[in-house]
Amino acid sequence: MSYQDKYEMVCGVETHVELATKTKIFCGCTTEFGGEQNTHVCPVCLGLPGVLPVLNREVVNLAIKAGLALNCEIAEFTKFDRKNYYYPDLPKNYQTSQYDLPICKKGWVEIEVIGKSKKGGITRAHMEEDAGKLVHSGDSITASDSSGVDYNRTGVPLLEIVSEPDMRSVDEVIAYLQELVQILDYAGVSDCRMEQGSVRFDVNVSLRPLGSKDFGTRTEIKNLNSFTAVRRCLEYETERQAAVLDKGEKVIQETRTWDENQGVTLSLRTKEEAHDYRYFPEPDLVPLKIDRDWVERIRATLPELPAAKRERLKGLGLSAYEAGIITSNKAMAGYFDQVMQKYPEAKVVANWIMGDLSALLNAGNQSFEDCPVKPYQLADMLLMIDKGEISGKIAKTVLEEIYSSGKDPAAIVKEKGLVQIKDEGALEKIISEVLANNPKSVADYRGGKEKALGFLVGQVMKATQGKANPELVNKILKEKLK
Amino acid sequence: MKISQQEIEHIALLARLKLTPEEINLYTEQLNSILECFDMLNRIDTTNVEPTAHAVELYNVLREDEVQPSLPREKALQNAPQAEDGFFKVPRIV
Ligand SMILES: [Zn+2]
Repeated sequence: MSYQDKYEMVCGVETHVELATKTKIFCGCTTEFGGEQNTHVCPVCLGLPGVLPVLNREVVNLAIKAGLALNCEIAEFTKFDRKNYYYPDLPKNYQTSQYDLPICKKGWVEIEVIGKSKKGGITRAHMEEDAGKLVHSGDSITASDSSGVDYNRTGVPLLEIVSEPDMRSVDEVIAYLQELVQILDYAGVSDCRMEQGSVRFDVNVSLRPLGSKDFGTRTEIKNLNSFTAVRRCLEYETERQAAVLDKGEKVIQETRTWDENQGVTLSLRTKEEAHDYRYFPEPDLVPLKIDRDWVERIRATLPELPAAKRERLKGLGLSAYEAGIITSNKAMAGYFDQVMQKYPEAKVVANWIMGDLSALLNAGNQSFEDCPVKPYQLADMLLMIDKGEISGKIAKTVLEEIYSSGKDPAAIVKEKGLVQIKDEGALEKIISEVLANNPKSVADYRGGKEKALGFLVGQVMKATQGKANPELVNKILKEKLK
Repeated sequence: MKISQQEIEHIALLARLKLTPEEINLYTEQLNSILECFDMLNRIDTTNVEPTAHAVELYNVLREDEVQPSLPREKALQNAPQAEDGFFKVPRIV
């Protein structure tokens, strides 16, 4: 029994994405990941008395770029506000964020689930600073007498993207998140390195009886750092809420935390449950006026985005599935385009990239970003197949060789003697031997068993180590078997 | 507008202040007299006045995205009441 038999899920997501700047939002400290604790800090990001923050221009550029990529309106006037709360990861006791006048609002992304597409609305996107990192002395925060704080992340620029409560199933939520992250990655707004925590999600979820138009009471689950975590967490939380409602009880509106190990969400009942952030305009930063020229300058730098790329690839003859796979990875999509410049046969290129090349990269634990087979090498190899210089089967071996040695395909074919045998005389000799050694198959074929021909072709290929031209083999075999 | 003792206790909690009953009384009185001043402001008609975002008429103060040296860690931790292994050390959080 699933919650879906009786209830419909309503879900919205807040996505925090780290912007791809060199320095922090209000100071010149580096945003580089992995520095030793408290080595990327200065008086500004440590919140020492008497310092003044100065906004990083690139943060605004990237926020505008993200907004445009997400079909948002870009504010003409925007400002920062203080969000006040006490927590040791926040040295100033407030987070500099945006409250009532965010830089972006009213956008959308196209989400597709099993061939059905709909718009996932974006309410707003605003700029803010990240907090520091806590390291607890015990196993958990409650079991710790003290904690260590590393402020390297403090002040790293974030964009918080708030969706409308438009998602109605776990699949829709995942589709929304994948599309969102892909767009931000393509646009170059963020590196989107999930494993480094540069993208984090807070989900708001509630259930309502099927057919109902009202929203149920929602819970918020904070700080999920992967698509898998979001999926597992929502699958758990929807069933938990359904069980509460089935008993005739009420869901409590609260913030919960996802326990990855136990696979459950837990209530976070702290004393300061009432969110009372007492926002007010940040007096240390002056407001921003974003003229339309600025917006247009940024728009001109937007690259082709995933949806447009998918449509273009479909126009080249790829299926929706193939176009989806190729564009799901920015580096793979770029690789595809580079191969196509020299060998413009979309289907063939897609097959090799998604098949043999992906398999080699997976086995070697590498990605298209650092693919040892250069796009021109794959294109050259495909041209050699077309010219009949190598067979499709031999090409697989050639590709493996390019992958491991980095040598060009022509050199490999020459070195390893992989050139296709197109000499009829030589082939005839080999074929005669194969026929002499397989009298039963010959008799079968002559007796009407068409299948026997395939076996004989196989034997010829085996005898030539796959180097025989298959069409020629077929032709000669048929002649000889007449 | 009048502020209650409960509200003072809530504000004290948010500010992480531990107040004695006498202090709660004192601050309730003091904050109420401050709020009375704001009542005077509330009597002004602001129907056609844009909300103020900042006290000075200045916009777009920006810096370029260029890395500047950070503080040496000893300096960063110098005034910390407690530090350990390069971390700021803080007492039990919850
Ligand atoms: Zn700094």
